[in-house]
Amino acid sequence: MHELAICQALIAQIEDIAGQRASRVRHVCLGVGPLSGVEPRLLENAYPLVCAGTIAEGSQIEIEETDVRVRCRVCGAEAIVAPNRLLCGTCGDWHTDLLAGDELLLLRIEFETREDAVEASHV
Amino acid sequence: MCETCGCTVTQTGTEDAATVEVMGRLLNANDRVAAHNRDHFNSHRVVAFNLMSSPGAGKTALLEATIDALKADFRVAVIEGDLETDNDARRIRAHGVPAVQITTGSACHLDARMIHDALHDLPLSQLDIVFIENVGNLVCPASFDLGQHRNVVLLSMTEGDDKPAKYPVMFRAADLVLLTKMDLSPVMDDFDPLRAEKAVRDLANAAPVIPLSARKAMNLEAWDAWLRAEVARIRTLQDTTSEPHEAHHNGHHHHPAVA
Repeated sequence: MHELAICQALIAQIEDIAGQRASRVRHVCLGVGPLSGVEPRLLENAYPLVCAGTIAEGSQIEIEETDVRVRCRVCGAEAIVAPNRLLCGTCGDWHTDLLAGDELLLLRIEFETREDAVEASHV
Repeated sequence: MCETCGCTVTQTGTEDAATVEVMGRLLNANDRVAAHNRDHFNSHRVVAFNLMSSPGAGKTALLEATIDALKADFRVAVIEGDLETDNDARRIRAHGVPAVQITTGSACHLDARMIHDALHDLPLSQLDIVFIENVGNLVCPASFDLGQHRNVVLLSMTEGDDKPAKYPVMFRAADLVLLTKMDLSPVMDDFDPLRAEKAVRDLANAAPVIPLSARKAMNLEAWDAWLRAEVARIRTLQDTTSEPHEAHHNGHHHHPAVA
């Protein structure tokens, strides 16, 4: 269950990036590949727990799951493959390079800007 | 560029809200500490190996045999990661080398910060090799770069030869796969070392696969030869490169590639 540790790193990054400008984080989007070693469902479950008491409390998390894609070093063909069979889809060779599928990225943060918060507090 | 993590940040928005495109690695903070650890190792000409496996695959037994074989030629130390107890560190110290025990409590993996703290307790300037014995777990440790130069993954034959297909993230990260407890092969005839090797190749991993037994001293020479060759190779890089991030040139992959 290292998803908790990864969520903590995520919140720290959100606070670094949005902390100065945001009053409240609404939406966070991640890109997670099957070879990142992170289980999206566990990440989604851990997220609200780690958010509690932070600027991201109550925000939605969206996870874009990517395919595993390889390019063959022998014949140059590209293929979408299973995470445990990174073989060329054309010639079957195992000498392939991973093009996508191991990413663990913070893609996007959507937040309410701080000026808003000031205005809202005057209403 | 974001000042804290170097990722690309662009902001668009309306009057009430903003969207920031980040495209940054989630484990950036860990990666930065790992790179720092690697700098520490490199500046002291120390080579670091990260040993990973499921619990009970024989990491400590292998280290005990390895220390005895290397002791005459290299100054070795061990960082031990376990949830509880310092039993493993005590086993290592009995072989006359320094060992630092990290007890992680409930944490299922070592991270770069824990290694950084442990390095403060090791006399790096008086060492040649540091072995990091990760927490026994085939899942979580694979996601965290520690600053090691090479990953060694152990697969004991009682676990089954399809483990690389079940845990692709871990076995894809391996620079070397050791098939351990091979002295049990007369009673474990359903384990096929060739099938295990094929499962590693199916992950597009060219890492050598070495069958051995630490307890019965079977084929330890092949492991010893690999270790010595990698130490020599990494030291050459440490001596010739002014940029100490030899194993960290590719920002996409957080595990050092086979050099």
